[in-house]
Amino acid sequence: MTKYDDLTEFLLRLGDSALVHAQRLCEWTGRAPALEEEMGMMNVGLDLVGQARNWYEYAAERIGDGTDADTLAFRRDERAFRNLLLVEQPNGDFAVTMTKQFFYDAWQYHLLTALQHSGDERIAAIATKSLKEVTYHLRRSSQWIERLGDGTDESHQRMEKAIDTVWRFTFEMVEANDSESALASSGVIPSLADLPEQWLATVNDVFRNATLTVPDAPSTFYLSARTGMHTEHLGILLAEMQFLQRAYPDASW
Amino acid sequence: MRAGELITTDLQGRSGDETDIQRAYSVLEEVMDPEVPVVSVMDLGIVRDVDWADGHLHVVVTPTYSGCPATEYIETAIREALQGAGFAFPKVSQRLDPAWTTDWITGQGRERLKAYGIAPPVGSSDKRSLVSGVAQVTCPHCGGDETEQLSEFGSTACKALYRCKSCLEPFDYFKCI
Repeated sequence: MTKYDDLTEFLLRLGDSALVHAQRLCEWTGRAPALEEEMGMMNVGLDLVGQARNWYEYAAERIGDGTDADTLAFRRDERAFRNLLLVEQPNGDFAVTMTKQFFYDAWQYHLLTALQHSGDERIAAIATKSLKEVTYHLRRSSQWIERLGDGTDESHQRMEKAIDTVWRFTFEMVEANDSESALASSGVIPSLADLPEQWLATVNDVFRNATLTVPDAPSTFYLSARTGMHTEHLGILLAEMQFLQRAYPDASW
Repeated sequence: MRAGELITTDLQGRSGDETDIQRAYSVLEEVMDPEVPVVSVMDLGIVRDVDWADGHLHVVVTPTYSGCPATEYIETAIREALQGAGFAFPKVSQRLDPAWTTDWITGQGRERLKAYGIAPPVGSSDKRSLVSGVAQVTCPHCGGDETEQLSEFGSTACKALYRCKSCLEPFDYFKCI
């Protein structure tokens, strides 16, 4: 299994999470509960595909063997993907989709806020650009969590069930990581030590307004995006997303 | 053979001057956004620099949104318009930093958006209007102030969907970022 240097792995973590989350959002095309929400989800997905591309282009330049953004998206196997386990989980109902969206938005928001001040200028530029979009995403998903949590009995129950379903995958958002600490020590990115606390604070605030309970801290288990050990869902997602480039390599139109 | 090659004398490159830059700007005033065809790339404020480099014209643009599908189309449109105006092999490149903001949309751009039925962005992006909630948007059709947001997103990533409570017409609002 190819393991790249710390910075390239970090860029792939950002790019892969954005792309896989966007791919899940696309599954709502033609099936969303309302036309306005369908457009909302597709537009969020579109922003994320653009962000993924920016991270991939930088990663590809660092890998430097002729790899480009498309190769990274469409020609890597499941074990090479570094996306958060959370974003590869199936969409479930609208409550599960919005819960995933909110956890991911809050993580992106605090991470990108920090990365704006990266010593690496390219990371700072991509983070500053992406943060404008992500701020808007977070506002929308927070509002949905509040509306559903503090809505009807059924919407509240569904929200509780959704949290139970995906909460355990959030351990990756609150665990410290040696390679990120190393990147921070060498001044490439700022320290991300406060990220877990900031993420949890946002979750606490929104859940309080939504009359939802924040579960106990999730425990780490053997799966981890950093080592490419994914849940069974990612392979199936990639099989669909990568089909065309796998079946007809270099196809273009 | 590309369009500009027929009528240009600078195929091999030449030194440009201020007249060339001014002429290039007036060409860019006519390159319209494909999704909102009444505003030009100059109105949107996405042209960050026009200069002469290595014997040819060099235009630097910044994308509006990371995933905006019009970005590549716009770059091609700029290149073709400049070639059509006689500039040989103009170069168009992308710059992310500083990130585009709706504050860069010109006054003329805002008027044109309104006339087209799209409410221009309200306020300044500095004031964190993104987090603080929904802005007071004026209806571009009747000028009424009583409007409501129907959806955070409209027909494209850069717009939200609103409705006017006075004339009851729905309309797009160009989000302030």
